[in-house]
Amino acid sequence: MNDPAPGAARRHCFPAALQCAAFFGGIYGNAPALDAAIADARARGAEALFCLGDLGGFGPHPERIPPILWEHDVVTVQGNYEDAVGNGKPDCGCGYTDPRDNHFAQLAYDYTLRKTPADQRAWFRTLPASVRVDLGGWRLLLCHGSPRRQNEFLWESTSSDPFLERLLREHGTDVLLCTHSGLPWSRRLPSGGLVVNVGVLGRPANDGRREVSYALLAAGAGEGPARVEQVLLPYDADALLADMEREGLPAEFRETIASGWWTTCLEILPAKERARGRF
Amino acid sequence: MDAPVAPIPWLDTLWLQVAGTVCNLRCTHCFISCAPDNHRHEMMTLADVRRRVAEGARLGVREYYFTGGEPFMHRDLLTMIEETLDAGPVTVLTNGLFLTDETCAAIARLAAAAAYSLDIRVSLDGWGAEDHDAIRGPGTHHRALEGIGRLHRAGMNPVITVTEAAAGVGAGEGRTRFLALLRAWGLDRPRLKVLPLWRIGAEAERTYGYGPEDRLAPDAVTPEGLLSLQCASGRMATSRGVYVCPLLIEEPEARLGDEIAETLRPFPLRYGACVTCYVSGVTCRT
Repeated sequence: MNDPAPGAARRHCFPAALQCAAFFGGIYGNAPALDAAIADARARGAEALFCLGDLGGFGPHPERIPPILWEHDVVTVQGNYEDAVGNGKPDCGCGYTDPRDNHFAQLAYDYTLRKTPADQRAWFRTLPASVRVDLGGWRLLLCHGSPRRQNEFLWESTSSDPFLERLLREHGTDVLLCTHSGLPWSRRLPSGGLVVNVGVLGRPANDGRREVSYALLAAGAGEGPARVEQVLLPYDADALLADMEREGLPAEFRETIASGWWTTCLEILPAKERARGRF
Repeated sequence: MDAPVAPIPWLDTLWLQVAGTVCNLRCTHCFISCAPDNHRHEMMTLADVRRRVAEGARLGVREYYFTGGEPFMHRDLLTMIEETLDAGPVTVLTNGLFLTDETCAAIARLAAAAAYSLDIRVSLDGWGAEDHDAIRGPGTHHRALEGIGRLHRAGMNPVITVTEAAAGVGAGEGRTRFLALLRAWGLDRPRLKVLPLWRIGAEAERTYGYGPEDRLAPDAVTPEGLLSLQCASGRMATSRGVYVCPLLIEEPEARLGDEIAETLRPFPLRYGACVTCYVSGVTCRT
């Protein structure tokens, strides 16, 4: 299906008139979760699979992720990690502002940069910043952070309706899909538009559960652009934890995978999202 | 020398000078010299705030900030917060001296009832009373910490704003010490924002003002750097009109219009304060 030549921009194959598709957020090197998500999405009838970027960071063996995406024809948007790793930048460009957040972000980035081979870095540079898809006649726009900035955080509690309406209007779309913040949410806007933060596969959503999540969209039946399901996905977290330990990743990262509570990169959270977590 | 120009491709942040320049304190580092008798910008009325928030919503504003002066001196502040939370997230900047148990409970109720985030940002200017009180007045350090503690007990997690008047706070050890202080007051997940000092207003008297050499040169800026300035995505409404940012409301040329929409045009960065914003990379946003 795909030209396997490493580093080349890849062609994808899925129905022109999509009715059901799956959208994966940041993978962060979590290969067991990616494997589980692909199988789960196919079983639920997804005709196409999309990844919204950030393949590495946080988890072990980021180099294992691109081959899985290639094998399963997952259309991939460039995240800030692919921009940073692909271009050899000094940091991940995640957009954190607090030194405590940046400390752990740098540990994750340095590890990921070191583990990513040149052919994958070259592929990262070819990835698009956004992808447009038609789902049942509705226009979908896929991006990493926001359509205007790759590392912008679209949090549920700090993204006003008028702001989201403006994003949809200015970027000519009915549905906006994003990730980057790590927390899944979706909102149907007064205009009928839809914004979906698809969450991430890389780590739990700071809710005390081990499962991670992705979004499944199906063409709507008289109820707006699409039906959204935020799928809560069990996966082999123990296998991931064993790999993280072998790779010497910080105990704080392992605790998040094991407990479902974020222990790092917390300062960026808005008040409401922070209050829901344990730390 | 031509000044570089900050674009404003989008309006994300609307600041509201709800308390004008009226404040119960007379801080010696205040960049707009707020004081009990400073009425250069009067308090905004509830109707003013409603009109500005409605304008902001039409323009797609993402978030609202209330400042002053001291916002909690405004008798309609809680109503303003409640109504504005219908339009988007709200942050209120305060010196913390009016945070009674009753007020904190009301704030917590508003925060819990809203879909959007409500943040209270309280200023501290030192680890101990010595630094803070020298700037803000006798007894204010302890009273501010008491207010912070009440907010915490009511269920809020305030953001603590520290200026670099607290020597060493920008460095690792200083931050650690500050976080320890807040934990000692019960804040188990302290949130800290460090701000530089802008040498305008009272601060120009306390230390020294900007000189003619403190200007941004056009070749000293990058497009990315300009876009990260708060004037590239925000505006400030006071009772006297709409200004480019929260810092320059005493500069006549920084008053850009009566309506927010007409102020969404590029702004020449010809002030000393613009150097501090650009070089420090800081914004007044949380």
